[in-house]
Parts: sequence; structure tokens; C-alpha cells
Amino acid sequence: MLEIKNLHVELEEEDKQILKGVDLSVGAGQVHAIMGPNGSGKSTLSYVLSGKDGYEVTDGSATLDAVDILDMDPEERAAAGLFLAFQYPVEIPGVGNMTFLRTAVNAQRKARGEDEMSAGDFLKFIREKAKSLNIDAEMLKRPVNVGFSGGEKKRNEILQMAMLEPKMCILDETDSGLDVDAMKLVAEGVNALRSEGRSFLVITHYQRLLDHIKPDVVHIMADGKIIKSGGPELALEVENNGYADLLAEVA
Amino acid sequence: MVGMSATANTQAGAMRELPLGQGAWAQTARGDAAARLLEMGQPHKRDEYWKYTDPTSLTAVEASKAEVFDDDESPLFEDMDMLRVVFVDGDFDEEASSDLSMENVEITRLANAAGADIHWAKDLYGVLEARGQTPVKRPLAAMNTAYATDGLLVRVTGKVSKPIHLVYLHRDETSDAILHHCISVEKGGDVTIIESGPAAARFNKCMEVEVADGAAFHHVRAQGRDHERRAATHMFARLGRESSFKSFTLTFNGVLTRNECIIELTGDDAAAHVAGAAVGDGDFHHDDTVFITHDAVNCESRQVFKKVLRNGATGVFQGKILVKAGAQKTDGYQISQALLLDDDSQFLAKPELEIYADDVACSHGSTSGAIDEDALFYLRSRGVPENAAQNLLVLAFLGEALEEIESEELAAELRDRLEAWFSRRHG
Repeated sequence: MLEIKNLHVELEEEDKQILKGVDLSVGAGQVHAIMGPNGSGKSTLSYVLSGKDGYEVTDGSATLDAVDILDMDPEERAAAGLFLAFQYPVEIPGVGNMTFLRTAVNAQRKARGEDEMSAGDFLKFIREKAKSLNIDAEMLKRPVNVGFSGGEKKRNEILQMAMLEPKMCILDETDSGLDVDAMKLVAEGVNALRSEGRSFLVITHYQRLLDHIKPDVVHIMADGKIIKSGGPELALEVENNGYADLLAEVA
Repeated sequence: MVGMSATANTQAGAMRELPLGQGAWAQTARGDAAARLLEMGQPHKRDEYWKYTDPTSLTAVEASKAEVFDDDESPLFEDMDMLRVVFVDGDFDEEASSDLSMENVEITRLANAAGADIHWAKDLYGVLEARGQTPVKRPLAAMNTAYATDGLLVRVTGKVSKPIHLVYLHRDETSDAILHHCISVEKGGDVTIIESGPAAARFNKCMEVEVADGAAFHHVRAQGRDHERRAATHMFARLGRESSFKSFTLTFNGVLTRNECIIELTGDDAAAHVAGAAVGDGDFHHDDTVFITHDAVNCESRQVFKKVLRNGATGVFQGKILVKAGAQKTDGYQISQALLLDDDSQFLAKPELEIYADDVACSHGSTSGAIDEDALFYLRSRGVPENAAQNLLVLAFLGEALEEIESEELAAELRDRLEAWFSRRHG
């Protein structure tokens, strides 16, 4: 599904190397987790994959279903099936959540050569998805993320994911700012989306999210590289001992 | 000093035969206005009030040529039930206009009213304009009062069932029009006045509005889409006790626009809202100049102006709130914002507060900035193409001004048009 090879990335403005050769392969239907200390490059990886400005790929490649995504515009990547759940979802005053989602769903359909969804079908579709995430009609009418609580914002991210039905979902610290109940709700939303044809890359600091979203593979990232990969037990090791031991092991 | 004959020559429209009979009621007002104009002279770029906008083309002897915009869309508000009054390049078009009779309102044309005995209009024509000359001179308005060729005199005596829509068509590339409207909304009256269209290659328009105690005046305007047209408009309003005044203007294109709005709140508990949305691309200069005077207790005023500029377009906002001594409990609010889509465009703002009462709440703010890159990326990451994402953000920005329109139906029509225009612009 997602193949990242020897990915090197610099910050455009600072001439600073952030990713120093990332190799990662996420198979169809798999859930991979990336853990790592602050500043290890986890969020940069998510931004580079989704096409945010300000990063320069100096070496390596990233493909989605064998198609190079690094030259694509963000909207093309989205239409190709990539989705990033933001760590800090952006507030957009004046744009209704519902309008936003309908525009996005139909833009992707159009880009893929599919028919746009009718207003009626869309409404039915979104109501059904929103209900399972405990998102009420009022939240759909409000401007995108404006005045949403931390939990509401993250639920809104998962709702977008459910509506857009991507192949490859990247969750950037989706657990940050959530209390235990909110985290469970979000995790349930994610788990409901797990399927054979859909893969996940879950970026997190803490093991606790992985209690709810069970990963197939756990990667530890430090200083712009993946330094160790393993099963779910790796996350527990980090939880118990911190990153220090692992870092020392590699050094 | 500008001589009388030179002044009369300043706008070709002024050279037309003036529809004034001997001893006509408006003669005095026109003569006084001509004298005012003579005394103050034409506006110049060196005048403080014209610092950001060059009035030369507005006062030149002849109007600059303005190509007629090939508008293939259906006319604005076409499907809504309205009384329509059509002016083509400033000339009344009787065939295209509705019958001017309607319940709770008397409508007379200025050009026909010369010989008629219209006392109420005599008390209004040129009166608010003259009051509005202090403390700032507005020569173009005085010129309008002196030389307007036509316009409507509207007396509202109750709630008017449908909007009065002034449709301004532009067909002649060199047309030069001067129209003057007087609207008197009497006690308990409630009326909606709509203006749409570019009107002429050069348009000088003045509207004087008296809103009596407890009366309500709603105004929605869209200034067409012609690229080369020039317009100088003045709205003078005086508000009585518990009255309400709401005006919204949408400007899309136009090489030069100066919209002045001068409002006096003279009765307690009155409310005045003025809003505008302007979209400029390229050779575009748009100036909103507002002066609101609070001269009564517990009144509210609100100014909301938004401009979207690109390719060297210029936006200007000069807005003042004057709170006179004794105008306690005044609630004054003013916001002007520009969204600059590139580095070539500019927004010049001069917000002013002058307050002589001690128990008031007045606030003002002015910002100019680029599109929010984080929001743009967020939308794109969800699959919305860059142009469409930008349009969504631009419309959201302008939406805050459109929200000031009270009628949801009128607001929706303008919102839909804007959406269509933006999506067309990007093909």
C-alpha cells in the first residue's frame, strides 16, 4: 500500500535536515504505529506524505499503490486515497462543516471520474456516519472546527475520514488533547473503518492509544530515522522504560 | 477657484436640459447646491478626504469610455416579486419599468415632479446633503443636487409589501448619469430599496433618506460587473427615535468606485448598519467612506466592510464614528478587512473615533492579510482543488459582510451569484 524508501527531507527555509533516510512499508489492511520522542520527525513525515508546503524532499521516494505521490498536489494525493488526520485540525470561520465535507467528497469523486453525490444521498450518508461518532446535527452546521472542543475536533477528523473513505490513513497524534472517554470514542471510530483494503499509520507519543487501536507493527523513530520495528510489545517496552534504552541500544 | 460655468461643465450630464419649470419647488435647493459647489470647488487629490482616491476622472469634463460588460446571466433578483424602476444610462425607461403605484408608498419621478406640489420632498431634497457638508466637504454630492436629471421621490407611509428595485442599465460606452433619490420613511413605515447595475460609464448618484420615529429602511445594492465604469455615490441618512437603517453594497469590478455614507442618529434608540463586500481584480479602485454621527442616547451603529483584492487592485476605507456630547450609551462598532491575494494589491484604511460622551462603547478594527495557508492546506488535503479551496475561503471572508443583510432571500441571491462568479473566474 504505502512504500517509503530512503526518504530524506529538509525544511525549505532553514536548510535543516529533518528526515534522514526513512524506510517504511505498510501493507494493505495493516495498522502500523510510529512512536518516538519529540523532534524525531514523526509529524514531518505526515506532512511530507500529505503534501504540505515548506518541505523539500532531497532523496528517496514514497509511493501509494506503486504510484509516486511526492510530485502530486495535496488534493491529488487525497483523491488517490491518502488521508491525514491532523494533530491540530484547522479552524475555518465562515465555511460550514457540511458544505466543506460535501465539497471535499464531490471534488474527490470528480477527480476520480465518478459522479458527484446528490444532496439527498450526501445528507443520508453523513447523518449515518455522524451518528456513530456521536456528532450531532448542530456540529455539522457550525463552521469547520470553530469553537469545537479538542474532542469534537478529533471526532470531526474521523468523520471526514469516514466520509472520504481513503485507502491510506495517517493519524498524527490523534490522541493528543483527548481525555480517556474521547479517546475511546475516536478509537472506536477508527476501528470501525479498519478493513482489508484500508491501511493506517498511527503516529503517537503514548502507548495508551495503541491499547484501543491495536497495531500490527510498531516502529520507533528517532532523529529522522526508524531505529527499530517490532510487534505491539515494542510499544509496551517504550511505555515501561522510555526511549532512552532504545536510543542507547542503537547508538 | 472654479467658476460657475466651469463647474457646470464638469460633468456632461450637467449640460443636459434640466427639468425645472419656472418656480418649481426644487429650484431653490438646486440653486443653493450650485452655490455650495461654487464655494467649495471640486475635490482634488490634495484634499485630505481624497488622499487615497484620485477624483480627477470623476470631475473631468467628459466621462471616460467604459465598455459595456457582456453580461450573459439572468438579471439579479429576477425571480423575486419587486416593483422595478429601470434607468438606462440614467434615462428612465418607462416600458421596462413597473407601474409605480403600490400600497403604502407614493413614488414620483424627480423629472416629473418639478411642477407638482410635493412638500415632503422639498423638506428633503438637498437638505440632508447640505447637512452632510459639515464637517467634511462633499462637492460631488452638491454637484448632484444641483444638476441631477432624474431620480425617484419615494414617500413611505406604512409597510411596503415588496421591494422597490432601481435597475441601472449601462448600454452607452460614454454615458454620464446623475441621479438623485429622496426616500422619506414616515412613522411606522418599512421599505426595502434595491439598486442593481453599473448605471453608466460614469455615475454620480445621491440618495437622501429620512427615517422617521419607529420606521425602518433596508437597502441592498449591487454595482454590476462592468470593468471600466466609474461611480461616485452618496447616501445621506437621518434617523429618528427607535428607527432602523440597514445598507449593504456588493461591488464586483469597476475601475473606480467611491461610496460615501453619511448617517446622523438624531433620535434615541436608533440603529444604523452599513456593510459592504468588494471584489477587485486588476485595475480596480474601491473606496468606502463612512461618517456616522451619534447625536442621541442609546443608539447603535455598525460598519462591516470586506474587500478581496488581487492583481494590483486597491481598496480604501475611511470610516468615522463621531459621538457628540450627550450621546450616552452609544454602541459603535466598525471593522474593515482586506484579503490580499497577492503582493501587488493594497488596502488603505483610516478608521477614526471622535467621542465627546463618557458612557459609550465604541470599537474599531482594521486588518489586511493574505489567505490563511493552513486553512488552504487543510481543504486541499481533503481533496478540494486549490482554486476551489481559495474560493471557499474568499467567500467565507466576504460572508461576514453578507450576513449583515437582513433578508435571507436577498442575501442568498447575492451569495449564489458571488459563488458563480468566483467559480467562473477560475474556469
